[in-house]
Amino acid sequence: MPKTGKMVDDSQKYSGIVFDIKRYAINDGPGIRTTIFLKGCPLSCVWCHNPESRSPKVEKMYSVAKCIGCRQCVELCPEEACSLTPEGIVTDKKLCIVCGTCAQNCPAKATEMSGRRENVESIMAVIEKEIIFFDQSGGGVTFSGGEPLMFPNFLIMLLDACGERGIHRTLDTTGFAKTETLLEVAQRVELFLYDLKMMDSTKHKQYTGVNNEMILHNLKVLSESGANIQIRIPLIKDINDDNKNIEETAVFISALAGEKKRVDLLPYHKIANHKHHKLGQEHNSNGMVSPDAERQKQIVAKFEAYGIPAKVN
Amino acid sequence: MNEQVSMKKDEKLPGNERHTKTEGNGHRTSKIRPGMTERIQKLRKLSVEAEHTLSIERAVIETEFYKKNYGKHSIPVLRALTFLEICKRKTLYLGDDELIVGERGPCPKAVPTFPELTCHSVEDFRVLNTREKQRYTINEEDIETYAKEVIPYWEGKTQRERIFNHVPAEWKAAYEAGLFTEFMEQRAPGHTCLDGQIYNKGMLDFKREIAEQIEKLDYLNDPEATDRAEQLQAMDISCDAAIVFAARHADLADELAEKEKNEKRVAELKRIAEVCRWVPANAPRNFREAIQMYWFVHLGTITELNGWDAMNPGHFDQHLAPFYEKGIAKGTLTRGQAKELISCFWVKVNNHPAPPKVGITARESGTYNDFTNINIGGVKTDGSDGVSEVSYIMLEVIEELHILQPGSSAHISSKTPNRFLNAACRVIRQGHGYPSLFNPDVYILEMLRSGKALEDAREGGCSGCIETGAFGKEAYLLTGYLNVPKIFEVTLNNGIDPVTGKVAGIATGDPRDFKNFDELYAAFHKQLNFIIDQKIRVSNYIDKMFAKYAPAPFLSVVIEDCIKKGRDYYNGGPRYNTNYIQCCGLGTVADSLTALKKHVFEDKTFDMNKILVAVSKNFEGEEVMRQTIINRTPFFGNDDDYADSIAKRVYDDLFDAIDGKPNIKENGKFHLNMLSTTCHIYFGKVLGATPNGRLAEKPISDGTSPSQGCDTHGPSAVIKSLTKIDQVKSGGTLLNQRFLPSLLQKDEDITKLASLIRSYFALGGHHIQFNIVDTATLRAAQKTPGDYKDLLVRMAGYSDYFNDMNEDLQEEIISRTENEAF
Repeated sequence: MPKTGKMVDDSQKYSGIVFDIKRYAINDGPGIRTTIFLKGCPLSCVWCHNPESRSPKVEKMYSVAKCIGCRQCVELCPEEACSLTPEGIVTDKKLCIVCGTCAQNCPAKATEMSGRRENVESIMAVIEKEIIFFDQSGGGVTFSGGEPLMFPNFLIMLLDACGERGIHRTLDTTGFAKTETLLEVAQRVELFLYDLKMMDSTKHKQYTGVNNEMILHNLKVLSESGANIQIRIPLIKDINDDNKNIEETAVFISALAGEKKRVDLLPYHKIANHKHHKLGQEHNSNGMVSPDAERQKQIVAKFEAYGIPAKVN
Repeated sequence: MNEQVSMKKDEKLPGNERHTKTEGNGHRTSKIRPGMTERIQKLRKLSVEAEHTLSIERAVIETEFYKKNYGKHSIPVLRALTFLEICKRKTLYLGDDELIVGERGPCPKAVPTFPELTCHSVEDFRVLNTREKQRYTINEEDIETYAKEVIPYWEGKTQRERIFNHVPAEWKAAYEAGLFTEFMEQRAPGHTCLDGQIYNKGMLDFKREIAEQIEKLDYLNDPEATDRAEQLQAMDISCDAAIVFAARHADLADELAEKEKNEKRVAELKRIAEVCRWVPANAPRNFREAIQMYWFVHLGTITELNGWDAMNPGHFDQHLAPFYEKGIAKGTLTRGQAKELISCFWVKVNNHPAPPKVGITARESGTYNDFTNINIGGVKTDGSDGVSEVSYIMLEVIEELHILQPGSSAHISSKTPNRFLNAACRVIRQGHGYPSLFNPDVYILEMLRSGKALEDAREGGCSGCIETGAFGKEAYLLTGYLNVPKIFEVTLNNGIDPVTGKVAGIATGDPRDFKNFDELYAAFHKQLNFIIDQKIRVSNYIDKMFAKYAPAPFLSVVIEDCIKKGRDYYNGGPRYNTNYIQCCGLGTVADSLTALKKHVFEDKTFDMNKILVAVSKNFEGEEVMRQTIINRTPFFGNDDDYADSIAKRVYDDLFDAIDGKPNIKENGKFHLNMLSTTCHIYFGKVLGATPNGRLAEKPISDGTSPSQGCDTHGPSAVIKSLTKIDQVKSGGTLLNQRFLPSLLQKDEDITKLASLIRSYFALGGHHIQFNIVDTATLRAAQKTPGDYKDLLVRMAGYSDYFNDMNEDLQEEIISRTENEAF
C-alpha cells in the first residue's frame, strides 16, 4: 500500500493522475460543482464505491457489454497481452505494461484507461468552463478521490489556482494524512467533507486497512483550527450501524470544537461490483447491504438526540 | 370531504408553498387528487375520458351556406356571414357543473372539419376511425352525409388543391423527398396570441372602432378603399356573430335553470346567463367575466378557421391579475373561487383536441395536442416583474390537473423572484414535462432585433412550442419544417435523394472530389440556399391564397392594427408580419459535418468514398467505422469548440439564408426558428444513415438539442454548447433535457435545478424543458442503450450515467424509482 507523500517526485508536483472530472456534480457540497477525482487512496474500504480510485496508477478497464469483438486490441497490443475469448477480451496482467494502445484503438470504448495525467492548467481549463454555474448556484470545486491529500503539492497548487479565481473549494477526504499536510491544505479550503467510518480502531483496520487514530486526531485538530466541516458516514448493515458505534460517533462529534458539525449518512449501495469486474478484479461484497429505512431513521434520531443535525443523503 | 380539506389547505397557504412531503417524484406519487374540488374532479374526468370524435356539423352548415351564397358577396363578407351562420346554428353544449361555457363542437372533444381548407375523403375518415393512435371516431351515417353533401361541393376548390396545383416541379421534388414540410397544406396560418385589449374592450367597442374606420375611408385617393370597406364590414359581422353565440348560451342557461331542481345549480346557471349576456359584447367587469371573455374569443377564432396552434391568451396571469386583485380587495372573490375558475378554463382547453389532418399516413400521425401554451410570469410592458398570485394559482392548477392541454410555460427573467422559479421547478419535478421554461430577457431582444417596439416586445412571449411573437399585434406564421440533415444527405449525393434515387436538389459536386472541408461545406451551403429559396417561393404563394380566399375577419378584430388598416390578419393587417421556417436537426448535421472534417480531412482515419459507401449501406459490415465515429468524434453538446463551432456556423448560415427575406406583406419578413416538435421523427424516417453514425430511419436531433445520446458531459456542458450559438438571432430555440426523478429529490436539488436554469438564461438561452423520466423510459434505455447515453441517474453519494451501469445496478435504480412511486 502506498505511503502518504513519499512518492512525490518533481514532475508529479505539477501534475497528477485524475480518474474523473464530473460537471454538474450536485452531491459534493453546496450548489452546482465540478468534482475532480484524484486517483490513489491509502485506505482500502471493503465497501469502496470507486475501486478504480485506489491505485495511484493508470489502470485498464474493460466492459464486455460494449465490446464488439473487432480484435483491434488483440492485433495491436505490443506485448500480445490481449486475447479474445467467449467471455470477451482477456488481458494477461503479467504481460500487460499498461501502455494504453488497446484503449486508444478500441472503436467502441469497451477498453478504457482509468486515470490520465493532468496538470494544473488542464484541470483549470475544465473548471473555468463552469464558473457561470458556480456563480449562479453558490457552487464551486470539490476535490475527491481516492484521497486527494496523498498528493499535497499538486492539490495545493490546484487549490491556490481556484482561490485566485474566487472559486469555492471543498475537500472530500478520509482524513488519513499527516496532520501538518492537512492543516496546510485547510488554509485553502472553504469546506471539508470528512469521512468518519467507525470508532473502533481494530474494526476500522479490518474493514479499511488502516487504524483510525490519525483520522480521529486530525478531525479534532482540524475542528480546533476553525475549519468548516461536514461529516460523512457510510452506513453498512452489521458493520457500522450498531448502536455502540453510532453512540460513540455521536459522542465524538459532539465533543469537537467549533460549531456543531452536520452529519450526512450515506447508505451502502452495490455499485462497485461492476467496476471491480471492469478492472478485472475479484470482488466479494460479502452480502453487504444498507440498513433499512427504519434503521436509517433511528440512526438519524440518535444523532439528533446529541444535537447533531443529521440526514440521509 | 376531500373538497373541504383541500379548500381549507388552499386558503391557508397562499402561494405554492407546499412542503416537499406532500409532493412526489413522478405522477404516481402525487398525493393531490386531480382537481381541487368535486366539480373540477368531475369536469376533468369527463374531459379526460371523452372519446375523440369528428363532428360534420360545421362542414354541413358551411357547405349549405356556400352553395346558396357564393358569388353574392365579397370573400371577406362571405367568410364573416358563414361564421355568423355557424354561430347561429351550431349545436350548443352546456354541461353539468360547468362555470365557464362554450364548445367548438356539439360536445367535449368533438372536432369539426374545415373543408374549405382541406376536405377529408371517405378514406381519411375510415383511417381516422380505426387507426391505433390518435383516433377520431365518426359514424357511418355522417360519413355518408359528408360524401353526399360536402365532398362533391369542395372538390377542386379547397386551399390544399389550390396550393398543390400551382407548385413548381423543383418544390414538389424537394417536398416529396422530405426536405421540408408545408404547414398550410393542412391548416390555416395561426400561432396567434392575444394581448390585453379584450379585457378593456367588448365586441360593441370593436364595432364602434370599425364604424369609425369605415367613416374615414378615402375612396378618392385610396385605391384600396373598397377592399378595406369589405374587410371592415366583414369584421363588423363577425363581432355580431360572437355576440349571438354568447347570447344563445345565455338563453340555454336560462332554459336549463327553469328545469333545474338543485337550487345551487339554478343560481350558477343564472350567473352563467348573466355573464354570457355581458361578454363578449362588453368588456369584462370581473375575474369570471374575464375568463369567459377570453374563452368566447378563443372559440370564435378556432371556429372561424382552424389556424395552427389553436388560439392562445398570451400572458393570461397578467391579464387576470387586476381582476383578481380587485375581486379579493372587494371581497367578491376568494382565492379558492379564482382557482376553481382557472381549473374550469384549463379543462375547457383540454376539451379541444387538434383537428385531424387529411391524407393521413401512419408516419405523420401526430398528437391530440393543439398547442395552446399559457405564458406564466415574465415581465410586464413596463419591464417590471409580471408574477402575481394568479401565476402561483396557475402553477397549482397545472400540478393538480396534469392534463394534456393547455401547455404551460414559466417565464423567468432576471427580475423573476426565486420563489416563482422554485415553485415552477417543483411542478417540473412531478414529471409531466411542464411547465417549460422561457427567458424573456432573450426573447424580448429577439423581437427588438426583428423590429418590434419595446412595449410590444415585452407584451410578447412564446406560443405553440417555442415561437416568439408580439402577442396581439403580430401574425407570426410557421410555414413548415426544414430537414437540414436531409439537405446534407442530398449534398453528399450531388443533388440526388439516395433513398428514392430521384433528383431532389441541385448538383453541387461529387464529395469524393472535394479537397478539403471548406469545399464540402460550400457545397452544403449552396444546397441549403437552393432548398430554402424553394420553400420561401411557395410559402409566399400560399400566403397570397389565404389572403384572397380564406381571410379571417373575426381573428382580425382582436389583433391590433387590422381594424386601423382595414386589412385582414392574413393580408398584412397586424402591426408585424413574420414567416418562420423551422430548421430541424442542427445536432445531426453539425455532428455529421464534424465527423467528416475530423475523420476524412484531418485525421484521415477513413477516406470519403469509404464513409459514403458505408453510409449508403447503413453501416452494414462497418461497425468498427461506426463505433469509431461515435466514440472518437467530438460531438455538439459537450462544450467542445471543435463541434460547437460547426453547429454555430450552420446556424449562422441558416440565419443568413432565411432572415430578412420578404414575405407578401408590407414590411413582412422571414425569420429563423429552430423548432422541431415531433417532426424530427418523420424527417429521420425519410433519411438514410448519416456520417455521424446515426442509422437510417432513426430520428434526427430535436430542436437545438444535441443528437440523442451524444451529450455525455452533463447538462452544464450542453448549456455551454447551446449558448455558443447566438440565440437572439432566431425566433426560438428548443432544448430538451432528461433527468431522473431521483436527481430532484431534495429541496436543495430544486434550487440547484433553478440555478442551472438561471445560468442558461444568463448565458442567453431562449428555452429549456425537462423530462423527469420514469420506469418505462428506463426499460427502453435498457433495450436500446445507445439512444440513452446521456441519461443521468443518481446513485449513492454521486450521480452516474445509466448506460455506464451494469444490469444489476440498473435494476436497482429501476426498483428504487418504483419504490419512490408509492
